[in-house]
Parts: sequence; structure tokens; C-alpha cells
Amino acid sequence: MSRNHEQIRTQVLAIVKRLAPEIDPARIIPDKPLRTQIDLDSMDWLNVLASIHEYMGVDIPERDYGKVVTLDGIVAYLAERLPE
Amino acid sequence: MRPLLIRKSPADSPSLAQGSAFSWPQVGHDLGLSANGHLNIAALAVDRHAHSARADRTAFRFLGADGSTRNVSYRELAELTDRFGNALTSLGVVKGDCVFVLCNRVCALYVAVLGALKVGAVVSPLFQSFGPEPIRNRIAQAAGKVLVTSSSLYQRRIASLRAELPSLEHVLLIDDSGAGGIADTLDLATLLRDAPNTPALVATAAEDPALLHFTSGTTGLPKGALHVHGAVLTHYASARSALDLRPDDVFWCTADPGWVTGTSYGIIAPLVLGATSIVDEADFDPLRWIHILESERVNVWYTAPTAIRLLMKAGPELFAGHRFPDLRFIASVGEALNPEAVCWGLEAFGRPIHDNWWQSETGGIMIANTAALDIKPGSMGRPLPGVVAHVVRHLEGEPVTLIETPDTVGELALETGWPSMFRGYLGQPARYRDCFAGKLYLTGDLVRRDADGYYWFVGRSDDVIKSSGHLIGAFEVESALMEHPAVAEAGVIGKPDVLAGEVIKAFVVVKHDIAADEDLRLELLAHARRRLGAAVAPKEIAFVPALPHTRSGKIMRRLLKAKELGLPEGDCSTLA
Repeated sequence: MSRNHEQIRTQVLAIVKRLAPEIDPARIIPDKPLRTQIDLDSMDWLNVLASIHEYMGVDIPERDYGKVVTLDGIVAYLAERLPE
Repeated sequence: MRPLLIRKSPADSPSLAQGSAFSWPQVGHDLGLSANGHLNIAALAVDRHAHSARADRTAFRFLGADGSTRNVSYRELAELTDRFGNALTSLGVVKGDCVFVLCNRVCALYVAVLGALKVGAVVSPLFQSFGPEPIRNRIAQAAGKVLVTSSSLYQRRIASLRAELPSLEHVLLIDDSGAGGIADTLDLATLLRDAPNTPALVATAAEDPALLHFTSGTTGLPKGALHVHGAVLTHYASARSALDLRPDDVFWCTADPGWVTGTSYGIIAPLVLGATSIVDEADFDPLRWIHILESERVNVWYTAPTAIRLLMKAGPELFAGHRFPDLRFIASVGEALNPEAVCWGLEAFGRPIHDNWWQSETGGIMIANTAALDIKPGSMGRPLPGVVAHVVRHLEGEPVTLIETPDTVGELALETGWPSMFRGYLGQPARYRDCFAGKLYLTGDLVRRDADGYYWFVGRSDDVIKSSGHLIGAFEVESALMEHPAVAEAGVIGKPDVLAGEVIKAFVVVKHDIAADEDLRLELLAHARRRLGAAVAPKEIAFVPALPHTRSGKIMRRLLKAKELGLPEGDCSTLA
């Protein structure tokens, strides 16, 4: 994993943790759907996406929701769209 | 410009039987009810078709989150539910015992609900986003004997509660984590494999309890609204009249069975009609939903305002290249659907969205925009056949009186006697009695009725919060917050939200020696989410120096809300 990926992962987990502070990031299996592992309802999920937009400057449109189901998926999606 | 009236033509409802007068006995006759008084929801929903020429028709089509699909015919569903019913019987479950279900929208959930109904057990579905506290409270109230859940949910939410739930004799697990052999649980797949597929049906009658749906009130803990097998008459009649559902249809109710819509219309009603139901295991995803509507050739779609608003937000480009020639009827329930959303249906699907109204206590749709009725966007429509509604003046200490003048706000009341009316709040007879005035059930919803007989939702007569269409009691949330050692007091309101209707916001007063900082805010948020789960926990927490109280010491939630919204704070004469 590149340094960039590592930074993105840390940032995403910090965003999730701000909205759902009860989670233990170490227990997230990165290639399994995120929302089945931690308790995020649809409003939480929208807030995660809104925070990614706000803090990382990447808008994830509705048509791409299928690409950001797992933590790995989110990181890869953002890595493609953020400068190295 | 948005139309004030969407006119319907006779072509919109060719199947409606015109002229024949509606009666509940006639509905029973249409369902082929036997003269001996036996009536069982699962027998009518499953076995009746499994022993007919329609036995091989698909009852459920399960769409897995992993892209898999599984069709279950009425014949197969009858066998699976017999096996489940027999398994329960072998575990000592008898008529009247309470069986809880808590899991994803997978086949086993549907088999468990219907199989339990077959043997006369009372089924109570729980929402998968409930945290340990709502789960514990509900199972304890009903003295639940059996819980059907998944191994991952069990390990995350239930295992630590077992000691507090002495009534819970058996936990049956759907192994979704490969955990295997968890202490004090049974493997559902093994039980089903070993159980005989002989008929499991236990004789039940119309007034025997069948379903228990928990709902929230202003005060106290959630109330368990108890429904009987006879409710199936309402499910059947309302699916035809309010949803225009027909036996050859593909139907998609997007509600989770953890809520009453997902049970009455996500499980029971389409089966009773003999239709095919789509069940999507995955979470809401706009593009996925559009693909499902298109590729599964859905004819009738029953969904909710929050989902509709999220699809609207996604914009028209999401719909580019998709066509929905099979989609005939769209309906929505959960909270009043805004006129823009009703009309958006015309743009996106070529069909308006039909709002309807009901609640856990009514068991089925009561007031609706039907296929034949011209739509006034923003209205919930008119009472269905067999439902008599009134607008009443209901003030504390005064007799309830009917309001006949059009466009006057009052409480919505229904004449008792429809089959799916709840028969009690579990263990709370006084609260049940308080819902009635003579022959009227008082709904707690404020409405007005216009001169054409259309009903319009105005608001709640109490402080119940409605988030994403689900009722949440402020008391349950406040109680959990106040269990935290730093909290002196908490007041909880529904804060208006464009997408969810309302989101839960908590105002917290901390104990005098505690620093109300960001770390504590996150800690309280974590505490509430751990105990209540994402669906019930607050989305926002704000610290305040004090909360407003009435002279009798109750928190003035209305005043908190008025302040939050920057509204005039109204009559404060009862304040301390």
C-alpha cells in the first residue's frame, strides 16, 4: 500500500470515528462491506459521504455508491481522485 | 409548474370491482375462510397457494448483497415454514409464546416469521439497527422465548445481554460469520434440516394474537402493539385497494420487516394475494434500486419518503437510459410525502407517487391515494373501503367531539371494527384504554379534511419524533443518555431535516464538576450509539446549562424545539 493510500485510510477512519465514535477501527475488515460491520444507518452513511466531501474535497455521486461499499473501495476511489 | 390535482382516468384502475358494496365478511369470503372459525395468517399466505395451481409461482425473490439471487416458490416456502414450525414445536414452543426475529433481509427471516405464525407463536420483528438496550427492553417486556438472529448480530449485540433475559430459552442462529458452535445457541440450518416437513399448522382463530409491533410514545418505554390473525383481512383488502396489487404482479416493498410496514406489506399482504415479492438484502443505493425496478420488472413499488427524497437528490441523470414500462403503481408511507415528491414520480417514472397513512396500531393502510382517485399532491388521500375516519376535537378533560367543518384541524380518529386494529399494548391496559373514546380510536395525529373528503397531515399531537419514517420516543433516548455518569439531565427533540423528516438531537446538562467539551460529546455519542444503536441514538448532541421544565417537573421538549428552530416560544405559563 502506498503512503498516499495509508494517509487516505487514516483520514477516512477519522471521519467515520467522528460520526460513530464507538467503533474500533482495528476491527474493520477492509474488504468486507463497511456498513455490515459497524452500525451506520443511512443518515450516518450520508454524513460520512458529506464529511469526505467537506474535508477531503471529493464528491462521491450517487451513481458511484456501489464502488464505495468497503473500506478498501473507499480508499481506492479517493486515491484515484486525490493528488499524489 | 406543479399541478394541484393529478387527474386519473378509468384506464388507471381497470381491475377495480365497481358496484359491489364492500364488507369485511365479503373479504373473508374472497379469502375462502372456512366456516369452522379457523384462521391463520401463514396458512392463508403460504399453504393456500402451495396447495393450488399456483404452487410453483415464485413467492419471494431474494436479491443478495453479493449479487446472488434466490427464488423461493410457494411450494418451497410451505415446506420451509413447516420445517421451521416443527422445529419450534420440538423446542417446546406453544401457541402464544413470543418469538423475536432480528436479522438482515435474508430468506431465513421470512421463513422464521411465517413458520412461527403457523404454530400460533406471537412474532415480534426487531430492526437490525437496534442496539442492545432497545433489544433487551423489548424482549424483556414480551418475555420472549425464542430469538432468531445472525451469528454476527448475536456476538455484537445479544451475547452480553443473555443473563438479563431469563425468559429467552432458545437463540437460533443464521451462521453468517462462519463462527459455528457459539455457546447457548442453536444452528438454524441444522434445526431446519433435521425437522420434519409434515404440516406444522396449529389451529388458530381470528382473535388469537399473531404479531407484536413495538412503537414509541411521548412518555415511558416503547409500547408493544398486539395484533391478531384476523388482521390478515385488512392486509389483503388494503393491498388490493390502496396498492392496486394483483396476483400476477411483481411487488417490491422496500421497508425492513423490523418495522410494521415491512411485516404487513413486505411479508404478509403480497403472499396472501399470491404475488411475487422482491426482497433486497442490501442497503439503500440509488443506482441499485433503479436497476432492481427496471430489471426485476417491478409492477407495484411501495417505498418511503426518505428514499424518494434521496433518489430526487441524485438528479435526473441517474435515470438516463432506464425505462420502467412494467411499473404501474408507486406508493409511499412513513410520513407525509411533500407535493414535489409526488410530482417527481411523474418525471422520473411517468407515474405519480401515491401517499398513504397508517400506523403500528392500525396494522394496515387506512387512508390512501388509490389508483382510481385523483391525487391532490400533499394529501394522504381518503379512507379506504371498510375504514370510517373522523376529525375530532380532543382536549384533556373534555368529551371528544366530531369536527364537521372542512379544513379545521383536529385529531384523526377511526371508528373501531376494522380487522387489523391492535388489541392491546402488552401489559399496559390503561395506556390502551386511553387511546379510545367510545367507538373511536384516537390516532394522535393532527389532520384536516377538505371539502372533497381528502385528509391532510398537520402534525403530531405529542412529542414523538419521526426519523426516516420511524417513531422514536424521546424518553428512551433521554434515559440512555442519563445513564452516563457525566450527565445530569437530557432533553431530546426531533430536529427537522430535509431528507429524514426529523433527526434526533439531544440537549445535555452535565453534572457541575464536569467539563462539557468535545471529548465528552464524542464519548456521549459513543455511549448512546452503543446502547441504542444507530437508528435510535441522537445524531447531534449539544451541551446546555439547563433545560426548561413545567411546574410539575417535566422537560418542555416543545420549548427546546422552538428554540432550536428560532420560533416564538409560545405560552410559557406552565413553566417553572
